[in-house]
Amino acid sequence: MTLTESAPAEASPDGADRAITTSGLAMRFRGGQLAVDHIDLAVPHGSVYGFLGPNGSGKTTTIRMLLGLVHPTAGTFAMLGTDLRALDSVLPRVGALVEGPAFYPFLSGRQNLARCDAADPSADLPTARARIDHALDQVGLLAAADKRYRAYSLGMKQRLGIAAGLLRPRDLMILDEPTNGLDPQGTREIRSLVKQIAADGTTVFVSSHLLAEVEQICSHVGVMSTGRLVFQGPLSELRSRGEPRILIRTTDPPTAAEVLGKLGLADITSTDGQVSAVLGGQPPEKINAELVHAGVPVAGLETARPSLEDLFVELTGEGFDVNG
Amino acid sequence: MSTASVTEVPQSTPAPGAAPVRHWLRFFRSELRNVFLRPRNLALLAVLAGAPVFLGMVLRINTPAPGSGGPGAGAFVGQIAGNGVFLSLFAIYVLLTVLLPLAVSVVSGDSVAGEAGLGTLRTLLTVPAGRTRLLATKYATIVVFCFAATLIVAGLGLLVGAIFFPVGPVTLLSGDTVPLADGLARLALIVCYVALAMSALGAIGIALSTFTQHAIAVMATLLVVVIISEILDAVSQVAAIHPYLPSHFWFSFDALLRTPIAWSGVLHGLASFAAYVVIFGVIAWARMRRADITS
Repeated sequence: MTLTESAPAEASPDGADRAITTSGLAMRFRGGQLAVDHIDLAVPHGSVYGFLGPNGSGKTTTIRMLLGLVHPTAGTFAMLGTDLRALDSVLPRVGALVEGPAFYPFLSGRQNLARCDAADPSADLPTARARIDHALDQVGLLAAADKRYRAYSLGMKQRLGIAAGLLRPRDLMILDEPTNGLDPQGTREIRSLVKQIAADGTTVFVSSHLLAEVEQICSHVGVMSTGRLVFQGPLSELRSRGEPRILIRTTDPPTAAEVLGKLGLADITSTDGQVSAVLGGQPPEKINAELVHAGVPVAGLETARPSLEDLFVELTGEGFDVNG
Repeated sequence: MSTASVTEVPQSTPAPGAAPVRHWLRFFRSELRNVFLRPRNLALLAVLAGAPVFLGMVLRINTPAPGSGGPGAGAFVGQIAGNGVFLSLFAIYVLLTVLLPLAVSVVSGDSVAGEAGLGTLRTLLTVPAGRTRLLATKYATIVVFCFAATLIVAGLGLLVGAIFFPVGPVTLLSGDTVPLADGLARLALIVCYVALAMSALGAIGIALSTFTQHAIAVMATLLVVVIISEILDAVSQVAAIHPYLPSHFWFSFDALLRTPIAWSGVLHGLASFAAYVVIFGVIAWARMRRADITS
């Protein structure tokens, strides 16, 4: 029997074409602060779901609730078609990395994984050694397996955290900030690792406060802001949400702004040497003609959709750490 | 479909039935390794091992007159010159006041609070190790540590005693003399008794450990509990509460050194330890069941 065969054959009980569903999930800290404000997540099976939001927006608390580490104050959730009351039965199918990797500094990478595997009440005993080596190999740590965790670099620690999730076949991987604190090279390694995990059919739920780090790998995104889920859907839907704008470079911004106003364009902003406005379906060539007609010297004209980053700033308000 | 790239790893069909026990034993072994191979704990055990050696050397250089000494530990000191076995008893007596409880405090502080502090508690619980299962395994490990620590003290005491002093038939506290084998059997019983006393202390420790993520706080609190208990136990004005103090029966093992053995004292002690294990075990379990793991 191979691992592939023993994996649940996509058993999707009623309505469970979703890997994670939460309804009204909320967590209020003892201090009274509402860390997670009644969110309704819908993570489709087989997706790579980017769970985005600034630090402190409730991402980690949500993940802790999903993994049974903290108890929701309200609401409910289901993972892989299993209700939270039977969480212990579904957790073996979920690989997790919560708020950064946490291992014993005095043990080696291999010993740490062996300990995780030993703690698993349903691990397959005869294959333990092979599975541990394989997990280490998948994250590229086989060569450093016998080094103490203490001596690992931050990137190696993150990769070991992911390896712990790969000790057995999983249907869902929950990765909390797997790229946190990594250099661009490390971030790229984690990204390709996540891609590889997803390519094998595992649903990946990955949180990050940096949009740019997960944008390339996500099929779906959920955006958190101060405990609320302010957007959820396919990445393409988020992209199409931004209204195209026209941007005019000119030496006479006031007159250009006046012309745009006459044409009925909204949200006109004028800075030194350029004017921009929401295009609102007007053909740009017509606007150009009007500008020239009004004697505005047009040095350049372009239309552009706002970048995803701009949309995120809009969704999450100020303080979103766009550039790290 | 799960990770296709792991297909080459064979997965054998798990045998149901015996599996939970085998899995638990594996977890227990891993836990034991973590406690007994941890450099800090090894240093603690080395200190415990060094104490009887030190005491033996001191008493060899400055041998007390046979029959000298007073009550308590003194009763053993006077006999060491005549029989090295008593060095073992003397070492247990001396270390039981502070050093053995200290070792138990360190390990029980580590048990849950230490894991929380490292963050490994969340790693283990998301495996998922199971909260009750984890707690039970942790406590079983503490009990093993208590036995190991006591055995090390007694064993080295016996070894050093045998090297420095004559060894022979044992004269009990009641004045009778029993053969060496009988004496050693009684020593074994005393080791078990003291280890159980320390295990009861460990139950208080693991309960405290579920309330914080600072192992050092557990250690300090537990030591304060021990010291206050020992002080109160020495104040006759509060004699009414003496039987309820955690440390009250620790030294009752001298009943095992009399003929006939005064079992009532020993059994009272064991009942007290059992009560502490049950009460604090339930507290630890209740806390562990519901606790939000935010570390």
